[in-house]
Amino acid sequence: MEKRAVFRSAWLPYALLAPQLAVTLLFFIWPAAQALFQSVLVEDAFGTRVEFVGIANFRALVADPHYAQSFLTTAVFALGVAALSLAAALALALLAHRVVRGAGVYRTFIIWPYAVAPAVAGVLWLFLFDPSVGTLAFALKKLGIRWNPLLDGSQAMLLVVLAAAWKQVSYNFVFFLAGLQAIPRALLEAAAIDGAGPAARLRRIVLPLLSPTIFFLLVVNMIYAFFDTFGVVDAVTQGGPARATEVLVFKVFQDGFKGQDFGAAAAQSVILMGIVIALTVAQFRYVERKVNY
Amino acid sequence: MVERRPLADTLTHVLLIAGIALVGLPVWLAFVASTLSSEQVLEAPMSLLPGGHLAANYRSVLTEGSTPLRMLLVNSALSALIIATGKIVISVLSAFAVVYFRFPGRAPCFWLIFVTLMLPVEVRILPTFEVVARLGLLDSYAGLTVPLLASATATFLFRQFFLTVPEELAEAARIDGAGPMRFFWSILLPLARTQIAALFVILFIYGWNQYLWPLMVTTREDYYTAVIGIRRLMSGGDAATEWNLVMATVILAMLPPALVVVAMQKWFVRGLVESEK
Repeated sequence: MEKRAVFRSAWLPYALLAPQLAVTLLFFIWPAAQALFQSVLVEDAFGTRVEFVGIANFRALVADPHYAQSFLTTAVFALGVAALSLAAALALALLAHRVVRGAGVYRTFIIWPYAVAPAVAGVLWLFLFDPSVGTLAFALKKLGIRWNPLLDGSQAMLLVVLAAAWKQVSYNFVFFLAGLQAIPRALLEAAAIDGAGPAARLRRIVLPLLSPTIFFLLVVNMIYAFFDTFGVVDAVTQGGPARATEVLVFKVFQDGFKGQDFGAAAAQSVILMGIVIALTVAQFRYVERKVNY
Repeated sequence: MVERRPLADTLTHVLLIAGIALVGLPVWLAFVASTLSSEQVLEAPMSLLPGGHLAANYRSVLTEGSTPLRMLLVNSALSALIIATGKIVISVLSAFAVVYFRFPGRAPCFWLIFVTLMLPVEVRILPTFEVVARLGLLDSYAGLTVPLLASATATFLFRQFFLTVPEELAEAARIDGAGPMRFFWSILLPLARTQIAALFVILFIYGWNQYLWPLMVTTREDYYTAVIGIRRLMSGGDAATEWNLVMATVILAMLPPALVVVAMQKWFVRGLVESEK
């Protein structure tokens, strides 16, 4: 879609674009180019000599068992977060869509966790499940479960998934509720007259019509779990125990900033960029097509 | 509802209240902990009702220490405001330029800006850090905020909105002798009020909740943000963590963005749903 009525000026459009272009070039294009450039270089330990090594950094990554492990960890983490937060949000949205009285109050109480920072969400859940002071950790011990996320890798993973999913529920809820409100009532009423009960209507009408929303949220949740959860992991487990929760974004930070291995970190950044681009393209494709049955 | 089912209605309310309680549980316990003494928090199980140390704990985190929390809250508020305002200003201007002007180089500019839609700051964090260090922007408000402005989500939203504004408005303005900037100020901006309000809420929260970036670009305590302050309180190891003070900090650090979301809920919901479409 293009505008027919346009203004003419030799300099004004450039002046209007200048601030955004300056920021983009300086803090986006330049760093991204540098990441690409560094990913094919190796710097010696003293930072005095730089050598072109082609795809050696990438090859080293592929050979690194820790990197493969981190990929797997991220996949488990992302799927866990997406499944948990989507299921919880859909359930809450279906319930909230049913009520008439008090609907606004319920909505407010479900939406506000959107405001909580991932790192803060991490601290909240860490406190709940801290083996020595946590209230829920105490309850688990009473039930005879040996709970210690500081030592047990899968318990640590469960904890970061819970914290990250908790924060994302409100976001998904907003979209599910909007999706439910967009379903024409006449459709549901017609189905009811034809004898479809609530369960049949949910399965045959509501869920299929929600499928674009579900797909969109799936991609957004993946991107969230891949990239926005550094704060959660850093606050709760710092990648431990024994790398059990070392997700990709955390590893880039760890290798590059702490370990000063810039070539490896740059190569990891490039791979991450590839993942985001793939996810975004998938998202746009399906948003255009509007998945529907 | 389609059918009348009083029993199901009651059940819905019960389940919703249970869900809300579950969502609110971590925050409730954090609040309770922030009103207890440090010894009371360590008693297992901790009390589930608030204690009497609320004033003392909050006064302690807000005023004591080398950099009390009230300074960190000011830093958070400042950087969130700079990020939200800055992003809205540069986005609305550049969206106006690409929609309402034809000029040489329009397509390359457009693409240059919109590739940034794809990559979150976490992905290119190290090279961006190097650029900021080279520009001497570490430990400054500019370093905390300006690199985060480099994203096209807001520009994209404004572009989409401007495309839906009827052509006749711009034509009428032109016939009446209004220049492009007059049209922008008197017609386009007032029309975009809702979008601006919605984006402001989303960007304010985005700015307030930043974690990795401030962690990297600040080394001096007087530039820490509230979210970073929490991490610093917890770095003393398990035994030394004073949970009551940590939780008082947590409550104070999430109160401002939570209030913004609740107060501006209507705009926020609309903005969220629209900005992702």
